[in-house]
Amino acid sequence: MGIFDVMGPIMIGPSSSHTAGAAKLGRMARLLFQREIEEVDIYFHGSFADTYQGHGTDRAVIGGLLGYLPDDVRIRNSLENAEELGLKFKFHTVNLRNVHPNTLMIELKSKDNSLSVTGSSVGGGSIVITRIDNTKVRMIGQLPTLWILHKDRPGEVGIITSVLGNYRLNIAYMQVLRNKKGDQGSCIIELDHKPNKYLINYLENMDDIKQVRYLPPL
Amino acid sequence: MEYNSIQELLELALAEETTIAEIVLKVEAEESELSEADVKARMLENLKVMQKSIKAGREKKIESAGGLVGEEAAKMSDYIAGRPGLLYLQAVTDALAVAEVNAGMGKIVAGPTAGSSGIVPAVVVATGEQLGKSDEEMMMSLFTASGLGYVVSRKATLAGAAGGCQAECGVGSAMAAGAAVELHGGTPEMVVHAFALALKNLLGLVCDPVAGLVEVPCVKRNGFSASHGLTAAAMALAGIKSVIPPDEVVLAMTEIGDALPASLKETSKGGLAVTPTGEKIACRLRK
Repeated sequence: MGIFDVMGPIMIGPSSSHTAGAAKLGRMARLLFQREIEEVDIYFHGSFADTYQGHGTDRAVIGGLLGYLPDDVRIRNSLENAEELGLKFKFHTVNLRNVHPNTLMIELKSKDNSLSVTGSSVGGGSIVITRIDNTKVRMIGQLPTLWILHKDRPGEVGIITSVLGNYRLNIAYMQVLRNKKGDQGSCIIELDHKPNKYLINYLENMDDIKQVRYLPPL
Repeated sequence: MEYNSIQELLELALAEETTIAEIVLKVEAEESELSEADVKARMLENLKVMQKSIKAGREKKIESAGGLVGEEAAKMSDYIAGRPGLLYLQAVTDALAVAEVNAGMGKIVAGPTAGSSGIVPAVVVATGEQLGKSDEEMMMSLFTASGLGYVVSRKATLAGAAGGCQAECGVGSAMAAGAAVELHGGTPEMVVHAFALALKNLLGLVCDPVAGLVEVPCVKRNGFSASHGLTAAAMALAGIKSVIPPDEVVLAMTEIGDALPASLKETSKGGLAVTPTGEKIACRLRK
């Protein structure tokens, strides 16, 4: 936390956790999906469920899904803008159990794909993504982050990290995850510096890598 | 260079024979590996957003999400039109204006938080305008406010959910008091005493928003807290000192925040939120 976290951020009100944080969660979901969103269902839990209209949490999430940053005045009209763009959205309240009081789940659908993203707004506009589909994760969006889906086989993670090293990128934090042995693995890599498009392109074209998503710091 | 307490911040300013604002700027430039000019440009952007939010709140009726607030600044604006030159009234009006803009999903600087975002801009802009200060000078006083708030964020909390409203409007008022002293050309010692005096008198302030919205009592409390900050600044400039040193006041704030029940820390399960009227409003808005 620096002085600009104290005198800042510049944001659309009224609440750093319920508005700015929610916009960031929507934006993260958009970046993780990276496909044209046709339909989206948003499930509010806890305090979000109680006050999502009064805090503009609904407008903030949709704004984030449309790519707006937390200081974008278009957040105020995001629902109308989404309708105009033909994005179908629905809000629900839900009890997700054993999660932070400010948690929401976003289910995104495109023509032939879907993704579920769960995250919490943990105070002062800071967020954490806790689940992507059925995989538990931890993404806070403060550093340039790569989310890579790859084949679960010996040496794969080593290959990925050496590619990053060749591009002179230092890894700050890294999580290695999978649901079933030998099936698909995934890793979340937080970097000290932003990767360039050539690196992302290179990773995407590697044999055993299924998908690469880059999330710039929020 | 670094500071982990208000005392250390004061000592650095005294040792370097400069202002607290200059120390805060220098440390931020070092930490972020940016030039001082770049750091200043970023703070100037904050000032610009603050000035715009004051103007926006004064000019038009705001439609807040809950509909519980929205015309306070306009009413005050009309009232003070025939009473020019009253610093307090201008600051109160401007604080209401920004807090309303925040409640109406407008653009604000969350300093120290969104809910308390009216206090620092109101005190800095009203004082600056009264003294004929430039934007550059007002911007520098925001460094003073930021440095003081930064220490609180490190040693205590700025979240109503953790410390009650004393951590939001209380700290906002204390940051604003320090900035006002800086604008008046007060000494670094006066700055930290203004901070302590303001915070001391808002210790124990609870966070009990009606229906969980940043509207009641938040908007009007921004107005009160602005006048509170000005009072603390005036006392400090007069040479009045806080008997309890600033860092110990912050310590007391933490202890009091911990002792507050959860019902009074942004859960809307106590205080004003559960009054008959508060509950009626919450019930209506849930529908």
